[in-house]
Amino acid sequence: MTRLTSYIVGFVFSIVLTFVPVSVLWMHEAADHQYPSHGVMFGTFVLAALLQLIVQLYFFLHLGEERKPRYNLQALAFALIIVVILVGGTLWIMQELKVRGHSEHQPFINGVVTPQNSND
Amino acid sequence: MSTHSTKSLVTSGFWIYLMSDCVLFAGLFATYAVLSPETYGAIGIESIVHIPFVLVETLLLLTSSFTMGLAVLAAQAHRRVATVLLLKLTLVLGLSFLGMEVYEFAKLIGEGYGPDRSAFLSSFFTLLGTHGLHVLMASIWMCVVIAHVWFKGLGEGTQTKLACLALFWHFLDIIWIFIFTFVYLFGTL
Repeated sequence: MTRLTSYIVGFVFSIVLTFVPVSVLWMHEAADHQYPSHGVMFGTFVLAALLQLIVQLYFFLHLGEERKPRYNLQALAFALIIVVILVGGTLWIMQELKVRGHSEHQPFINGVVTPQNSND
Repeated sequence: MSTHSTKSLVTSGFWIYLMSDCVLFAGLFATYAVLSPETYGAIGIESIVHIPFVLVETLLLLTSSFTMGLAVLAAQAHRRVATVLLLKLTLVLGLSFLGMEVYEFAKLIGEGYGPDRSAFLSSFFTLLGTHGLHVLMASIWMCVVIAHVWFKGLGEGTQTKLACLALFWHFLDIIWIFIFTFVYLFGTL
């Protein structure tokens, strides 16, 4: 595949992958928010974004063409690990805090910080 | 052969920078994900999302990424005029995107929903603003590269500059795809 074909194929894929989730959303709105379900929409959105990432990396950034030892790919893999730890860890911790703190009190009502329970 | 390895060394170094930028955006995305429900009585993301508007923004950026790729190809074929024209087209598409983003920000701030209104709006403006700032810097950089190509021709040095700029531009496109998905599309759920 020549570079030009690679860019054209990548461009077509990226446009399609933009319209797929939007079409699902429009279907959902046309069906009076009944169908498809939020779970299906969630899955489609995430899948389209991940495929879009791969398309961009492969066709536009030409990561597949890199020769060994593929330092750029290694750097990307390392960055992705950091990203997963950072985002996943943040969401996990904050979710736990929310679940544990919820039954006690709501600390930020109308901008007033109520005193914390200092027993623990 | 040594010039070729210089180019790949420079672009590899620039790639490392992009990866660190990736981590910066990961932090902003995580912040946004945590703070997006904290609307503090002001509007939430579901009232901000206007899909046709965002779709046009996305198509502008995707197309600009494509024309950027074509510009690199034209440069490799030593077609100077075509390179400059394609870069200018990319620049126009990028600036149109920026214009739309500034319009959205100005509209929100005009309605009293600035970044100081709620934690959600702070994280929203920070995430999108940082991306927009990157696009702005890339646009300024593109003007410089256009001048380089025009006045100095397509030597090895200019090719390297163009290759780095292209990496940066495609990278910003990927970041936008994630904003499009995790901010706007998720905002409709």
